[in-house]
Amino acid sequence: MAQTEISPVEPETLVPFEEDHARQTNTGVSNNKLAIWVFIASESLFFGAFLATYFLYRGRDAQFLKGPTPSQLLNIPFTSVTSFMLLMSSLSMVLALAAIQRGDHRRFRIWLLATVIFGMSFIGGQVYEFTEFYREGLHLSTNMFGTTFYVLTGLHGTHVVVGIVWLMSIWIRSMQGKIGAERHEAVEIAGLYWHFVDVVWIVIFTAVYLIPQH
Amino acid sequence: MLDRMQRLRRGAVTAVGMAAAVVVLASCGATGPRNHQNTIHPAGPAAQKILNLFTPFFWVAVVIGAAVVGMTIFIAIRFREKPGEERNPVQTHGNVVLEVSWTIIPFLILAVMAVPTVATIFNLAKIPHGRDVVHVEVDARQWFWQYVYTDKDTGFYTANEMHIPINHPIELTLKSNNVIHSFWVPELAGKKDVVPGHTNNLEIEASHPGVFTGQCAEYCGLSHANMRLRVVAQTQSDYDAWVAQQKTPLAPSKVVEFTKDISAKWGCLSCHSVTNLTSNIGVTIGPNLTHVADREAFAGDIYQMTQSNLAKWVYNAPARKPAGPLKGWMPDFSAEGMTMPQAQQIAHFLLCETATRPTAHPECR
Amino acid sequence: MTTVEDATALLHPPVKRSILDRPRSTTGAWSWFTTVDHKKIAIMYGATAMFFFLVGGIEALMIRLQLAQPNGTILSAARYNEFFTMHGTTMVFLMGMPLAAAFGNYFLPLMIGARDVAFPRLNMFGYWVFLLGGAFIYSSFVLGGAPDGGWFGYAPLTSTPMSQGFLPGRGADFWAVGLIMLGIGSVATAVNFIVTALNMRAPGMTMMKMPVFVWMMLVVAFLTLFAMPPLTAALIQVFMDRNFHTNFFNAAAGGDPLLYQNLFWIFGHPEVYILILPGMAIVSEILPVFSRKPLFGYSVVVFSGIAIGFLGWGVWAHHMFATGIGPIATSAFSLSTMLIAIPTGVKIFNWLATVWGGSVRLRTPMLFALGFIAQFTIGGLSGVLHSIVPADTQQTDTYFVVAHFHYVLFGGLVFAIFGGIYYWYPKIFGKLLNEKLGKLNFWLMVIGFNLTFFPMHFLGMEGEPRRTYTYPNGMGWGTLNLMATIGAFIIAAGVAVFLVNVIFTAIRGERAPEDPWDARTLEWLTSSPPPEYNFAEIPVVTARDEFWHRKYTEDDEGRLVKLPPSDASRIPARHDPSEPHGIHMPSPSYWPFVVALGLPIIGYGFVFKLWWLLAIGVVILLFGINAWTSEPATEETH
Repeated sequence: MAQTEISPVEPETLVPFEEDHARQTNTGVSNNKLAIWVFIASESLFFGAFLATYFLYRGRDAQFLKGPTPSQLLNIPFTSVTSFMLLMSSLSMVLALAAIQRGDHRRFRIWLLATVIFGMSFIGGQVYEFTEFYREGLHLSTNMFGTTFYVLTGLHGTHVVVGIVWLMSIWIRSMQGKIGAERHEAVEIAGLYWHFVDVVWIVIFTAVYLIPQH
Repeated sequence: MLDRMQRLRRGAVTAVGMAAAVVVLASCGATGPRNHQNTIHPAGPAAQKILNLFTPFFWVAVVIGAAVVGMTIFIAIRFREKPGEERNPVQTHGNVVLEVSWTIIPFLILAVMAVPTVATIFNLAKIPHGRDVVHVEVDARQWFWQYVYTDKDTGFYTANEMHIPINHPIELTLKSNNVIHSFWVPELAGKKDVVPGHTNNLEIEASHPGVFTGQCAEYCGLSHANMRLRVVAQTQSDYDAWVAQQKTPLAPSKVVEFTKDISAKWGCLSCHSVTNLTSNIGVTIGPNLTHVADREAFAGDIYQMTQSNLAKWVYNAPARKPAGPLKGWMPDFSAEGMTMPQAQQIAHFLLCETATRPTAHPECR
Repeated sequence: MTTVEDATALLHPPVKRSILDRPRSTTGAWSWFTTVDHKKIAIMYGATAMFFFLVGGIEALMIRLQLAQPNGTILSAARYNEFFTMHGTTMVFLMGMPLAAAFGNYFLPLMIGARDVAFPRLNMFGYWVFLLGGAFIYSSFVLGGAPDGGWFGYAPLTSTPMSQGFLPGRGADFWAVGLIMLGIGSVATAVNFIVTALNMRAPGMTMMKMPVFVWMMLVVAFLTLFAMPPLTAALIQVFMDRNFHTNFFNAAAGGDPLLYQNLFWIFGHPEVYILILPGMAIVSEILPVFSRKPLFGYSVVVFSGIAIGFLGWGVWAHHMFATGIGPIATSAFSLSTMLIAIPTGVKIFNWLATVWGGSVRLRTPMLFALGFIAQFTIGGLSGVLHSIVPADTQQTDTYFVVAHFHYVLFGGLVFAIFGGIYYWYPKIFGKLLNEKLGKLNFWLMVIGFNLTFFPMHFLGMEGEPRRTYTYPNGMGWGTLNLMATIGAFIIAAGVAVFLVNVIFTAIRGERAPEDPWDARTLEWLTSSPPPEYNFAEIPVVTARDEFWHRKYTEDDEGRLVKLPPSDASRIPARHDPSEPHGIHMPSPSYWPFVVALGLPIIGYGFVFKLWWLLAIGVVILLFGINAWTSEPATEETH
């Protein structure tokens, strides 16, 4: 008969199977962290496909002569500000991780909230931009720019929203006392995803806004 | 028990061997049927070059395949344990010499294959120039082929049946405004896809007169299987005569008759045209009807050009060739009130009034 | 002073368990619904995939009946187009990939000496997505028409809005959304397998001591990880063109149908290696066992597999030789395609050398493995002939290609799968499949398969195109088509014999001995079937073919010397599943199912443009993910 264990440890802080640090991994990287890196590699190709699509169709509207063009619509100063917000959100994410690693839960939650707010500002800027373009006549079906721009940046925006939901759920759980200092890896993994989404935006911003086209 | 098993096995092996022989021999059947669509019966330089490139490597593949299959059977039999026996074979882990050899040798064979392959690719990609080139624009539709002869001495539209002079390069420009199709006349050349937004080129040439059939070779919807075509290769004089016939317009009275008596009621001219010169072409949604009765077959080269087939077609085309909900296709005229006698009348007109030589059709005499 | 039991009762007072509590049982019928045990999940993958194999097979039989003679009237054009589309889609996505997941799931952890995969609940999620995704796609038959744009779904045929009527019905929407769904499951499983193989190997098992099976599954996982995203992108683009009037493939606005083909085949070519490498993995395990010799050139076989994994990314446009990409591109891809024949050929020769000089037992698994070698080679050779671009312009889109890929995928992969089933059946179920029926199964399949597909090489050369619901009289294709149809029914007879074998074994089969084949790898070092925890003690690995080396050593001549039985080679007795074992294993859970359920609901929302349904699906998804991430992987149950 199995020995009954009386465990003084609270159920919430039982180390889950996936995060069993007691079991050494062959690579030295925990299962969860390796998984998020592998997933990010996959997602890179996903965005790569849409970026390739965007580059293929860049400038085609010139010969089809329909609808507003990028140079007429893109507001680089405005988007630079929202991009800066997203970059700042990565900084605050780093600070949040540092805070929980040294056990400072209050600071952790402040920086995490800051990340969420920066992220939401970015999304707000995207929403504003989309509605502006729509008002000026750029729809999904108008021309190649409409098709590729909305889908590429829209899919990125969706990824940002997913990240915001993820971070907020961590914030709520931290408020409930469920994110102890030993769970810092969960924060690090969310941070990796967040930084990835930020890097993707840097590429999109460069390709769509900064590289000149007609 | 042992003997029975042995006999059973031997019987099984013999049966399988015989079956294999039957399959292989039946499949081979010399060079296959004379169906005007056989890649092994090339009738033009492009198809011939392809076959010349393919044939030696085909036999190399057959030899290698037979060797590997044979070796597989051999090792299974040669090294098998007798029941109850448990041999103790040498535990070979590898052999560098062997492994290097069977990496290098295939590489060499492939290198030998690569050189003529690339040479032929470039050779067949050359676009012919010069005064003896005949230019035809091929528009792939759902589900028929429109041809526009675009040279100065031609300049007309036709459909599905392409006539070409032998020993002339025919330069085809392939276009589609709907889905992807593929133009394929196996006995003259390899296939080339017709891609919306792209203009592809294909050169065909026949070395002797004959009729060479083909089919669309890229899945394009419900009637992909019904999108056939034929290329009629003729001597220079026959071809010239055909061109002259095609360029001869229908008598104005016939055009008027068609417009007033038939198209006014059924709307034919909203899709088809009974004029076919590039200077006076009408609507080109459907195949050009100016000299439709000159063709051996119609509706994507699937029905013989007879009064009966034409009548049934006009009466209810979707029943004769599945089109589904495709917008702008030929309607079911029987559901719109056409009677069979009316269809017969229209068929008679098409058969007898559009033919260059009406006496060619028995029903018109 | 309280007793241990009293203290336990205080800390964990007995609570009336409700249906909303986390499931605990690992036995019984309900446990199959909530399990996270990789072995149970593998069995579910396998059974479901075999079911889809039968469905896809029936579709094939209908196709063959229609084509048995010219101007066939068994199937209308519309129905025929649905059937060939669904046959391809089913066999690739609902049979081939899931069967690889089945074998990988069962044996990857066992072969590396692990107790489970890295993410057991994610594993279960992958299965549910497969089942629900397959059901979603098939529900289209009664919800407006099944997909009928071909398994490859070229734009603009599939991407033109439904109102244009290029294809009847909304099958293409089901197809695009369904495949995106299945892709999510595949990527989840790929991540799981990669982390498991890289992180959870037993002490002493370096990468070069892993069984070839594990290596191949690792390569397949990486291929899946990188191949699914371009496909997902292409499918999203098709769906958006169809439903939101985007212009990705609308040539009139500047779109390019060839973009679709490039994205699809960047997925599609690695996909065929995703399909075949598990077959090669299985064969690489069977041949040494039934020849009593190690795999010839283990390192070379492993590196060839990795090479195929890399080179497979550089050949995709060989599916586009006739599209007009120009002589430079076609030459480049012609050469890269020829190049990839080399590592493939190397494996074949290494397999033959494995058997050469061995002590060969021609049992059913071995017959299938040998059949694989012969038939896959034929398919590989016709593939090399395809690389000769000018010849390919005659062969592509004809029955010659159909012959080629059925030789590699049926004569290859399916034969390997059947070999794997016969080989590992005693491991999974504790019983050996009947050998006489197995041999009958094999011979019927060999005869039927070759009779069906060998003639197709010639039909293609004689001008018969693919994807055509009928052909006219007078082409001379009737006889060979009839032969192919007869062959198809012989295959069906072989499959029927297999099903009879399974049922017969379930009812009357005897217990198999613990190590029935005298095998080589670690999965045989546990009981059959293994206990939930796989190994009571994780084995320490010192050699490749670790289990074999615990049974045998080699003398100076390289011949086997049987070692005396020891604790190291002793297979533990079967563990009674109802007895507690005290090893912390991941606990069962509902949440993978709940999260997976969100996906088809979202899918129906997209297909029918019911945004409220979409919202419900998203809520279920998020609710499930929240609950899943809140619960620990392992619950204390005492």
